Amino acid sequence: MREENIVKTIAILMLLLSGTAFADESQIVLKDAPGKHVVVNNCGVCHSTDYIQMNSVFMERKGWEATVNKMIKVMGAPISSDDAAIIIDYLSKNYGK
Amino acid sequence: MVSRRSFLKGAAGSLALASGGALVSKLAQADSNVFMGPTSLASGTLEYSILDALPGKRPLIKRSFRPQNYETPLAYLTELDGIFTPNDAFFVRWHLANIHEIAAKDWTLKIGGDSVDKPFELTLDQLQNDFEQVEVIAVCQCSGNRRGLSDPHVAGVQWGYGAMGNAKWKGVRVRDILNKAGVKKDALEMAFQSPDSRILDKTPDFIKSIPMWKAMDENTIIAYEMNGDPLSHWNGAPARLVVPGWTATYWMKQLTSITLIPQPLKGFWMEKAYRIPLGKFPETDRFISQETPDGTSTPITEMVVNSLITNLHGGEHFKHGKPVEVKGLAWDSGRGIQTVEVSTDEGKTWLAAELGKDHGNYSWRLWSFNFMPKGKGKHSIMAKATNRVGSTQTFSLIWNPAGYHNNVIQKIDIEVA
Repeated sequence: MREENIVKTIAILMLLLSGTAFADESQIVLKDAPGKHVVVNNCGVCHSTDYIQMNSVFMERKGWEATVNKMIKVMGAPISSDDAAIIIDYLSKNYGK
Repeated sequence: MVSRRSFLKGAAGSLALASGGALVSKLAQADSNVFMGPTSLASGTLEYSILDALPGKRPLIKRSFRPQNYETPLAYLTELDGIFTPNDAFFVRWHLANIHEIAAKDWTLKIGGDSVDKPFELTLDQLQNDFEQVEVIAVCQCSGNRRGLSDPHVAGVQWGYGAMGNAKWKGVRVRDILNKAGVKKDALEMAFQSPDSRILDKTPDFIKSIPMWKAMDENTIIAYEMNGDPLSHWNGAPARLVVPGWTATYWMKQLTSITLIPQPLKGFWMEKAYRIPLGKFPETDRFISQETPDGTSTPITEMVVNSLITNLHGGEHFKHGKPVEVKGLAWDSGRGIQTVEVSTDEGKTWLAAELGKDHGNYSWRLWSFNFMPKGKGKHSIMAKATNRVGSTQTFSLIWNPAGYHNNVIQKIDIEVA
C-alpha cells in the first residue's frame, strides 16, 4: 500500500507544519491554471475552496458569474472587479460545464 | 510570506501528479465501504467528498471543510437503539466559519424585544432547574438535504441523503420561557440568533425567525441534551432551538438571544434565503408574515413526507431464490406516517411494508419489506410513504432554485443471479 504511506506522510507533514484550524483543508488541490492564486486568496478568506470542487461540474460561465457576484453583492466579499473577472474566468475554464 | 500552506499545496500537488491526481480523496473513498452518495450527485461532489472526522465525531462524509458541512453515512442513521442517530455521527452544518466555542458555565440566553413585557436573562443552570424539563423525539433535517440530487444541479452544499438525523431532545418549552417574560398582544414573530460567526462585517449575520404560533407550540423547545448527552459543539452546545416538523434552518445552534417582535424580521436569511416558490408545495405550513403582496416565494417551513431505503444503494447482487430484505425510514412534518408501500414492478403495483414501532409523530418510522424476486436479472425497488393526511411522495422532482423538498420516490436497482 505505497499510496497509503504517501498519504500518511502528507498527514504527518501537515500536522508538523500547520497546527492550525486549516490543517484539513490544506489537502485541497485546486487545478493549476492561471488565476488560481487569486481564487485561493479571495474565496479562501471565508470558506474552504472545496466548495468549488463540490459545485462542479455543472455550472456554465453564467452560473459561476452569478455565484461570484452573489459573494460580492450579498455576502460582502471585498473582491475587486479585476479579481472578480479573473476568478470567474478560472472557475468557468476549470470547473465549468 | 512563503506560507507553509503553499508549500503543502505544492507537495500535495506533485504527489497527486505522480499518482494520477486527486490523490487524497480517492484513497479515502477506496479505503472504505461507506456509501458516499448516489451517482446522481455531481461528478466533483463525488470526487472530492472524503471521510473525515471532526473533533469528537467519527469520520463522516465531508462536503466542505470550512465552514464545516459533514453528512451522516446511511449506515449510522439509526444505529443508536435502532432508531436514533448517534451524537458522534449526527450531521454537521454551519453557514459561517468563525464559529465560537461556548462553555456551559458562560452561556446565557437573553429574552427580550419590543413584544415582551419583562426581558430577562437565563443561565444554563436556571434553564435546567427553573422550568419543566421535557423531551421530544424529532427528525432534524437540513432544508437542503438531497440538494445534490437536483436535476439540473443547483449551487450550494451538495448534500446526498444524510443531512438529517433523529434524536431524543431534552430541554424546556419555548412557551414556558416566553410566558415568564410576558408575551405582548402584538407579538408577530420570534427572532433568534447565536454569537456572530461572520468572517466579514458585510456578510449578513445568521438571524432567523418563526411565527409566534410555532414558537408557542408545545413541541418547540430549547434543548441542551440530545440522546441523553449534552449537545456536542458541532450540533449547537450549550443549547439550541428544536422546532419539530420544520426544517433545520430554524433549529438555531448555540442559541443566545430570543426577541419577540411586532413586525416581520428582515434580512438576507429570511427575505432571500431558505425560500420556496409560492404554490409549488401547497401542503406545507405558510409563514404568512414573511410573504409580500406581490411576492413569488415563501419561507420553507415543514418537511415534506419522505422515505429512504437505508440498506440498499443500488448494484447489489443477490442469489436467486432467496428473499431480499428492504429496510428504510419514513418521516414527515408531524402528521405521522400512515403507510409505506414498496413496488418491484416499476410502480405498477404497490404492497404495504411493515412499519416499526411508533416513537411519536416527529420521529422517523422504521419499515421493512421482504421481496422475493421472480427470475434472474435486474430488479428495481421503489418505496413510497404516505402520511395521515394523505400527502405522499412525488414521482418526479418539483425543481426549485435552492434544491429544497426533494421527496422523489427512490428507485434502486439490484441484480439477481
